[in-house]
Amino acid sequence: MAARVARFSNFNLVSLTLGLAFLYLPIVVLVVYSFNDSRLVTVWGGWSLRWYREFFQDDAMLAASWISLRVALASATAAAVLGTLAAVALSRAGSFRGRTLFSGMLYAPLVMPEVITGLSLLLLFVALNAERGFWTVAIAHTTLTMCFVAVVVQSRLGSLDRSVEEAAMDLGCGPVEAFFQATLPLIWPAIAAGWMLAFALSLDDLVIASFTTGPGSATLPIRIYSEVRLGVKPEINAICTLIIAVVTIAIVIASLASKLSRGRADSAAPM
Amino acid sequence: MSARQIFTRPARIAVIAPYLWMGLFFLVPFGFVMKISLSQSAIALPPYTPVFDLAAGWDALAAAFAELSLDNFRLLISDNLYVLSYLRSLTVAAVSTAILLVIGYPVAYAMARLPRGWQPLAMMLVIVPFWTSFLIRVYAWINILQHDGLLNKVLLWLHLVSAPVVWLSTDTAMYLGIVYSYLPFMVLPLYATLAKLPHALGEAAADLGCSPRQAFWLVTFPLSLPGIGAGVLLCFIPIVGEFVIPDLLAGSGSQMIGQTLWLEFFTNRDWPVASAIALILLAVLLLPLTIYERVQLRQLEGGR
Amino acid sequence: MIENVAKRSAPADASGAPLLQIEAVWKRFGGFVAVNRLSLDIRAGEFFALLGPSGCGKTTLLRMLAGFETPDSGRILLDGQDIAAVLPHQRPVNMMFQNYALFPHLSVANNIAFGLKRAGLPGREIRERVAEMVALVKLEGMERRKPDQLSGGQQQRVALARALARRPRLLLLDEPLAALDKKLRESTQLELMALQKRLGMTFIIVTHDQDEAMTVADRIGVMQSGRLAQVATPRQLYETPASRWVAEFVGDVNMLEGAIEARDHGRLTVATEGAGRISIAEPRQPIEATSVCIAIRPEKIKLSRRGPAADIDHADAMNRLDGEVAEVGYYGGLTSYKIRLDTGATLLAKMANTTRLDADAYRAGQHVVAWFAPDDCVALDK
Repeated sequence: MAARVARFSNFNLVSLTLGLAFLYLPIVVLVVYSFNDSRLVTVWGGWSLRWYREFFQDDAMLAASWISLRVALASATAAAVLGTLAAVALSRAGSFRGRTLFSGMLYAPLVMPEVITGLSLLLLFVALNAERGFWTVAIAHTTLTMCFVAVVVQSRLGSLDRSVEEAAMDLGCGPVEAFFQATLPLIWPAIAAGWMLAFALSLDDLVIASFTTGPGSATLPIRIYSEVRLGVKPEINAICTLIIAVVTIAIVIASLASKLSRGRADSAAPM
Repeated sequence: MSARQIFTRPARIAVIAPYLWMGLFFLVPFGFVMKISLSQSAIALPPYTPVFDLAAGWDALAAAFAELSLDNFRLLISDNLYVLSYLRSLTVAAVSTAILLVIGYPVAYAMARLPRGWQPLAMMLVIVPFWTSFLIRVYAWINILQHDGLLNKVLLWLHLVSAPVVWLSTDTAMYLGIVYSYLPFMVLPLYATLAKLPHALGEAAADLGCSPRQAFWLVTFPLSLPGIGAGVLLCFIPIVGEFVIPDLLAGSGSQMIGQTLWLEFFTNRDWPVASAIALILLAVLLLPLTIYERVQLRQLEGGR
Repeated sequence: MIENVAKRSAPADASGAPLLQIEAVWKRFGGFVAVNRLSLDIRAGEFFALLGPSGCGKTTLLRMLAGFETPDSGRILLDGQDIAAVLPHQRPVNMMFQNYALFPHLSVANNIAFGLKRAGLPGREIRERVAEMVALVKLEGMERRKPDQLSGGQQQRVALARALARRPRLLLLDEPLAALDKKLRESTQLELMALQKRLGMTFIIVTHDQDEAMTVADRIGVMQSGRLAQVATPRQLYETPASRWVAEFVGDVNMLEGAIEARDHGRLTVATEGAGRISIAEPRQPIEATSVCIAIRPEKIKLSRRGPAADIDHADAMNRLDGEVAEVGYYGGLTSYKIRLDTGATLLAKMANTTRLDADAYRAGQHVVAWFAPDDCVALDK
């Protein structure tokens, strides 16, 4: 009937296309120009990989990339563990004293302006006389990203069919073992997605890292930012394209993996 | 009716680690912000005074306590620079959020109307830019908006302008950057809400005599209000404290409060004033933050 | 008024102490009482059904037996031990879940082996037991498949095999056949019965489907609002309901209310509203009240043009009611007739279609005599 045909109207098509184009245009431009042989971004000098070569020879940039990667790995993993624990607690522990405070603390960093969280963490580290560097940045990132993980995992736990857990208990698992045997296999895609989200957020963070880092521990965004303030530099295009490529591939893989396991979980129970 | 009691104890043990972590690294620091905001700047390490030295004995502590003052707060309230900065931040956030809603709603709506099989793909397409470095994407806009960048080239080629237009270091560029960066934050909650609405509602409205436009405004739109609320909060609150985008794209006129804080902290090395700015910003955001917390609670924990 | 009916009914096979004793169990959720001081005995080797409308508390009771809910007060004794507070994984009780709850990441064999691994059985024994279970539920060849590669009926068998693998003292089934289509449901019911008899295990099934309960169960406990309205064999439940509510809940029934006019030689004469004088047999427990409710099942009412033939036993003792056929409903094997009596009431009668060509069938508007024996009615409290 006419109604069904009109469901995805031309207006919808235009909105979606424009929206996606808007989102991807700058990225496409950036990727294209990273292969531009000319030093001037405004002139097209032909295809070349020279900026990639320059990046791999730029020790400062490479060092910063390495630090960023290690921080991201450490904080994402810590965030995945803590975030999952928090999500499990919120969805299974019923009401306990301090629950409102806990969930409040957990959801706040998602929207809190980073200048506030960055500043407060720095002041804490100074008061504790902690040496600022790799670990302070990692701790700061864990604190921020653990909340994202918790939200993702809690959302998945909420839509889970509890009877699989009960079946595990019925068959001889204590509650903790039932969680590991029955629930965890079902929610691991959400945990993995949370890990990836935490990884990307840590890799990308500028403000909090600026506040909490120490001498010699500049992360990649900090370096990029200081270069960018001086003007557009073609090498940055190359770095950015590399980051985009890595993240995109990772997301696609994660998406496919999650779809496979979700499909299995959803079709295991009859409608 | 689930096996609530059986899981309660292990779950309460599970909560200890994250609770302590967040308590120490999120809550406690605010205490320090408060303390520093009541202190004075000093050429020392750390660059503020007084410093509470717990080992120095009770008298020293009492003396240090007496040095605390509200001077910084008085400065912030009285000096126009800061007041204007707060106002500008709120205005920019409000305007940006409005633009985001106007742009984001049709996109989310279109996504929700796609055939079921296409929706995950569309969602991935929206998420991927979000995960590819915020800084990079802002930087990408600098590329395009430069004096001799892509945008001017296209405009000149289309004969829409006769000379290159200055885009960078303007408010327009800043708004563009903000809307661009926060678009996924508006689209995704909206899409989540719209996708959950049963198609049967629209069909029922049509069956009862609504034109498509009426069906939208009378049925779909009111039911999407929770998504709108979520999207608005997810954008407005962080935009108020934005630093990177105005710093890179906006002009050097009036600053947003995030820039002011950064300036005070890194350039002027005035930690106490920066702390005071942070606290007042927190106070300003208290109302939206509370609303946000309540919305999140209802959404994620409704029915517990 | 619902009475808390006693737990024991006529013993089919007196096998000593009951396996399961539920004593005065009480469970509330907030302000809502789900199970209201319920007591019940279940014998070893029984196939027991908990039947009732939704919200009556049968699922809550089942979950208390499994250990997923704890009673607020009362005891649950299994083999004489109170298990009310014992955690589910420590009970010798297993459950077959309504939506199967199979582990999607494990194969059929590993699903079945799951409980055995938790029990710490040696590998070889686990393999043997799994093979035994797979053969029992006729799923040979499917051991390596994952749940999402099975049909609904196959998934159900895996759930059953998994629950039986640990050889529990008691198997609980939570509306296990609800998701199956009619034919499959019926054949599975028969298979479940055969399985239960063969294994000699005690099964407790929760269902809202009366036909299912009547088919599979040795005894049925009908629940209403957290209480047991009656516990009896299917036949007793159908033919001798304990209360008006039970009579109306299980199957179709005609209800006639009236005042008792006379008692004479084990017969009561009741002056009913709308059906004239009806003669019924005096129930075993004499009725004290002056007014009573008469229940007659539709298939007990016979129809003919002139009433019972003279050569039928006790033809003159039959209740005869004149009336007109108001509606006819054809159901293949039987036809139902709504009869509007001359005295005002409406009766539902059902007759088997014993001949293919309906030469004798009654049509709407025809005059007819509805007759039935006094023994075919049951007198119930109003």
